[in-house]
Amino acid sequence: MAKMYHKEKSIQIKSSASALYNNLSVLRIAPRCLTYFTVVHANVVNMVSASWDGLNYSHRQLQSKEGNVATSSSLIMQAAWCVLPSRDLLVLTSQKGIQMYESDGSIMVYWHALDTPETPTAQAVFARGIAAVRDKYICVGVSSGSVLVFDVPSKGSNITLSEVLEEHTEPITDMASECSGSMECIADLVSADDSGTLCVWKSGGDFQLLNKIPGFDTSCSSVKLWKGTVIAGYGTGQIRLYEGVTGILHAEVNAHARWIYSLDIAPFTGLLLSAAEDSLVRVWHLTISPETNNVEVRGQKVWIQWLAKVFIPFELFHILSPYHHKFKCIY
Amino acid sequence: MSTRTLPLLFINLGGEMLYILDQRLRAQNIPSDKAKKVMNDIITTMFNKKFLEELFKPQELYSKKALRTVFDRLAHASIMRLNQASMDKLYDLMTMAFKYQVLLCPRPKDILLVTFNHMDAIKDFVRDTPSILSQVDETYRQLLEIYTSLSGGEFQLIRQTLLIFFQDMHIRVSIFLKDKVQNSNGRFVLPTSGPVPYGTQTPGLIRMFSCSGEEIKRVQFRDGGNYTAALREGSFELFGDRVTKLGTNMYSVSRPVETHMSGTSKNSSQHTKVNTLPNPLAKEELNLLAKLMGGLEVQKPSHTDSGFRVNLFATDEEEEYVWVFFIHSSDKQANAELAKIMGEFTEAGDSSPSSSSKGDDLLAMMDGL
Repeated sequence: MAKMYHKEKSIQIKSSASALYNNLSVLRIAPRCLTYFTVVHANVVNMVSASWDGLNYSHRQLQSKEGNVATSSSLIMQAAWCVLPSRDLLVLTSQKGIQMYESDGSIMVYWHALDTPETPTAQAVFARGIAAVRDKYICVGVSSGSVLVFDVPSKGSNITLSEVLEEHTEPITDMASECSGSMECIADLVSADDSGTLCVWKSGGDFQLLNKIPGFDTSCSSVKLWKGTVIAGYGTGQIRLYEGVTGILHAEVNAHARWIYSLDIAPFTGLLLSAAEDSLVRVWHLTISPETNNVEVRGQKVWIQWLAKVFIPFELFHILSPYHHKFKCIY
Repeated sequence: MSTRTLPLLFINLGGEMLYILDQRLRAQNIPSDKAKKVMNDIITTMFNKKFLEELFKPQELYSKKALRTVFDRLAHASIMRLNQASMDKLYDLMTMAFKYQVLLCPRPKDILLVTFNHMDAIKDFVRDTPSILSQVDETYRQLLEIYTSLSGGEFQLIRQTLLIFFQDMHIRVSIFLKDKVQNSNGRFVLPTSGPVPYGTQTPGLIRMFSCSGEEIKRVQFRDGGNYTAALREGSFELFGDRVTKLGTNMYSVSRPVETHMSGTSKNSSQHTKVNTLPNPLAKEELNLLAKLMGGLEVQKPSHTDSGFRVNLFATDEEEEYVWVFFIHSSDKQANAELAKIMGEFTEAGDSSPSSSSKGDDLLAMMDGL
């Protein structure tokens, strides 16, 4: 079996990665031949900017700022870049709320506070799950199960909360938008929660729920949406592929021996990476072959082929897959 | 993050502390009545009703410094005294042991089984003392009430909260190094073999389905590890076989217990130095739990024997001693000695104006109120 990946130069980050789902975010800036990486460490975000020739690295740390407080001790749950046609924003979610920064992390353009109770309650309060959807939406999940939809203008800080989607009843774990680049896919967004429930949405002035796929009492910690197919990673180490709009189960993979922490997909090649607490990163190949020439959601078959496994040190709780079949290991 | 983490952190660390103290007291041939008294006093303090009430309230985890203060107080809840170096080593061992258990739990819910292993052992320590036994049973009841209904996702949040608390702690523990569960750089070894967690399938199978739901293809892949089927699930009841060995007493075989303080690693920029030196006389450090711990009644000491030295941790470099004092309230010389030892805990240059009054409070407490 030909190898479908190779390991590139490793990049050292300034401090260790915290034990959080989907803890690595990547932004490729083609005009400047740079790639930015972020990794969360407690209440700090480590950013590395790496030149494509592998010769220059620059590091910075972004401290969580909440409202008027210069530095905050509240823990960051996730940091992710949201790529919109007109701008890229870096979104941080924490126990206190949601912060949005210009893509280099230099200026905070928006702050949304969560309703944090005076005295702590049994149910923890935090935001988690970040996705940029279509032209102008950034969606963020909350521990109550709500999904907040923010309307983002092409520039400036006039970001507004336009809608709150209430379908989940368990804390949101991850969210993903359609990444194949195809405009023909009906579903734009999938959200996942701690019960394993998956909600498939169509974006718009009012987001529309297309389907709600029930869980099976297992947390879905990482989710991707590719060519209308929901790819979900679970606490049991399983990966499942569902057809988003219909909820039909296409495939089930006993992929890992421990909790899956992250999934990523290279949209043009269909290479899928999964990383789990069993310290393994696995590479999979997905092919979707339509039965007819119609581009219909029904009647598609999905094949998975296991390709390779990569052993990694445990502190890498996340994986990276750029838009081609090379990837870097970071630890 | 999770507001349900502190009780598990406290009980498991306390359990490890008791394992270590029990082993050292036995290894040093401390008379069994005195050893038992030390263990009983600490356990009854750990499970004091008021203290537990505060502990089980939903709250964020304490800072490392604040938690250390609580354990300093707990370790001194009996007639036993530890000097700074002994307390440091004790705390290092406790924390690395629990970090290991959290990391190696097959599934997040198994942290509760680890907690029950500690509780089962604590119950065994006090089986002859009904009053303390009932305190332990009450704690079991609270654990069962709060934790057995939590979902896997909530346990994973607890686990993540704990791992973030223990992040960057890489103290090498000789018992772990010998057993090859820890590498020389202080990282723990994650096995890629053995039984999968309960509820997980062994990796290796891909199943594909038609639109009507029937399985149309099966592919096996070589899973790259050497996993076997899950064992039976451990018991989450008051009594039962917990199945996992994590959280059981790893010191019950008489082995020397040492720590090697990790030297400067090659990537020292990765290690943020966290100051965990306790400062019990500074007002701001006295969080509510520590206050409750400090205010608890200490057993009236006996008038007979004089103090004796116990070697807590035998190391190559130096010996640490545990001084066991029997305090008589009219014994001015003993009071002075005690004050001197308590003074060892003050950070150099502490000129907090409130410190003198805090010092008096502590001495009054030690005096048997």
